[in-house]
Amino acid sequence: MAKTIEEINDKIKKGKAVVLTAEEIIGYAAEKGAKKAAQEVDVVTTGTFGPMCSSGAYFNVGHTKPRIKLGGGKTYLNDVPVYTGLAAVDFFLGATAMPDDDPRNRIYPGKFAYGGAYVIEELVAGKDVRLTATAYGTDCYPRKTLETYISLKDMNEAVLFNIRNAYQNYNVAVNLSDRMIYTYMGVLQPKMGNANYCNAGQLSPLMNDPFYKTIGIGTRIFLGGGIGYVVGNGTQHNPDVKRTEGGIPKVTAGTLAVKGDLKMMSPKWLRGTSFTGYGVTLTVGIGVPIPVLNEEILRYTTVRDEEILAQVVDYSDSYPQCNPGSLGEANYRQLKSGRITVQGKEIPTAGLSSYLKAREVAQTLKEWIEAGKFFLTRPVELLPSVDSGVVLKTLKERPIKKI
Amino acid sequence: MQKKRIVLNYPQHLVDQPVLSKLVKDYDLVVNIMRARITPKEEGRLVLELTGKRAGMEAGLKYLSEIGVQTQSLAQDVKWHEDRCTHCTACISVCPMKALDVQRTNMEVSFKRDKCIACELCIPVCPYQAMEILF
Ligand code: SF4
Ligand code: SF4
Repeated sequence: MAKTIEEINDKIKKGKAVVLTAEEIIGYAAEKGAKKAAQEVDVVTTGTFGPMCSSGAYFNVGHTKPRIKLGGGKTYLNDVPVYTGLAAVDFFLGATAMPDDDPRNRIYPGKFAYGGAYVIEELVAGKDVRLTATAYGTDCYPRKTLETYISLKDMNEAVLFNIRNAYQNYNVAVNLSDRMIYTYMGVLQPKMGNANYCNAGQLSPLMNDPFYKTIGIGTRIFLGGGIGYVVGNGTQHNPDVKRTEGGIPKVTAGTLAVKGDLKMMSPKWLRGTSFTGYGVTLTVGIGVPIPVLNEEILRYTTVRDEEILAQVVDYSDSYPQCNPGSLGEANYRQLKSGRITVQGKEIPTAGLSSYLKAREVAQTLKEWIEAGKFFLTRPVELLPSVDSGVVLKTLKERPIKKI
Repeated sequence: MQKKRIVLNYPQHLVDQPVLSKLVKDYDLVVNIMRARITPKEEGRLVLELTGKRAGMEAGLKYLSEIGVQTQSLAQDVKWHEDRCTHCTACISVCPMKALDVQRTNMEVSFKRDKCIACELCIPVCPYQAMEILF
């Protein structure tokens, strides 16, 4: 018997909804059978807590007296430049932005100790940050400089807006060269000395709804410790890829664009992150509830680590040169065991995305639903799936004619 | 036999003294230098692993304090900020001593201070600045 979102919300209101995490549902369905489990369970909660570079936040800081037009000028939060190509007192802060005077990797390999993601973490922690700006001054916005402390509660709006998060599957990174390399997948030892992976596997949101049958525009989610919404597919969303029999993509595939009120979030779930030799990024906690509308959807949520395969990719040559090619496959059970074998060589593995915290996200979302504090939404449109015709393009460069 | 990992702080006037050879000859200690550094103030900082009989160890440490070399256990210099650790496991494959280790059943990371040799390999690897070494 199929259920509707409205029926599930009704049960949540009455405190009668049965909610399990994506980890708990595996054993539950194995014991009860998929059919019975689909009848009994209403919601499966997922979670992930990993570095997501395409994150950021926009702010409206309120008008000054006299007025200033930040748009078109230069504005900084704690010396980190923000994007001001908007109206008078709106701007966007990207997670990977860095202070102008940060040495980057001029001092090898480069620490990248501070940037946009840290400003977001500090703001969410309730701290004051320095807002400094210069503007060109107009008749209606005469002021040319601004220097003040500001905190989240002083602002009108503070919205986390991440254009690509929660990647459905990701590469396992290794280094075939004979020197150490520093990447967004961490420090990679020469000659395949280690392998780094970055996905929560069986807990990961899009692994539990691989064809996006329940997730779409307007899906209410756990975001950064508060409540957020899926606003559409993330950039580079690429649904039509090779999949396992169970429908799980074998390579990077779907992504989510998400937003939420920063004022409701917590620094525990939005963490400034520094990859040596690479840059700054934001680690984001995201949890998506999957409504168990029917048996098919339930079956997807029972996916196990050993059924999810990832490609082992060389980050010394094939990734930077944008050449396709995989050195082999590993499943998430093997990756989490600490060792995988690639081309006959046994190599130690390490994660970048925290499985322990992913479980905590799924558990927290479960508790919110059980307590009647969080209701499910019906998306106004589902994410583009395998039959959508969406293809991921690389940039074809066309030389610019010199006249 | 006993094994101890300690940090020595040498004042400037002792830097050219044969302190370590005395530990070996007079107190019968095996001295393994794990790290060494001269601070900008010309003071020496050494991380040593000492192995020897209990009596020799005690007498050796007493000798060091008498000549003005401060010693402290290594543990004090390495900090795992548990509140900053996300249990991502990025450090697990580089820590040579398994001082940072993960419980595979629940993927929880822990730090065992007494195993750590302050090699600093985890510092550039930890993306969350959870490891700090004050050396
Ligand atoms: S300093 Fe070295 S031994 Fe100590 S935790 Fe870090 S990697 Fe392990
Ligand atoms: S790399 Fe840092 S954050 Fe990750 S488990 Fe190790 S100490 Fe914790």
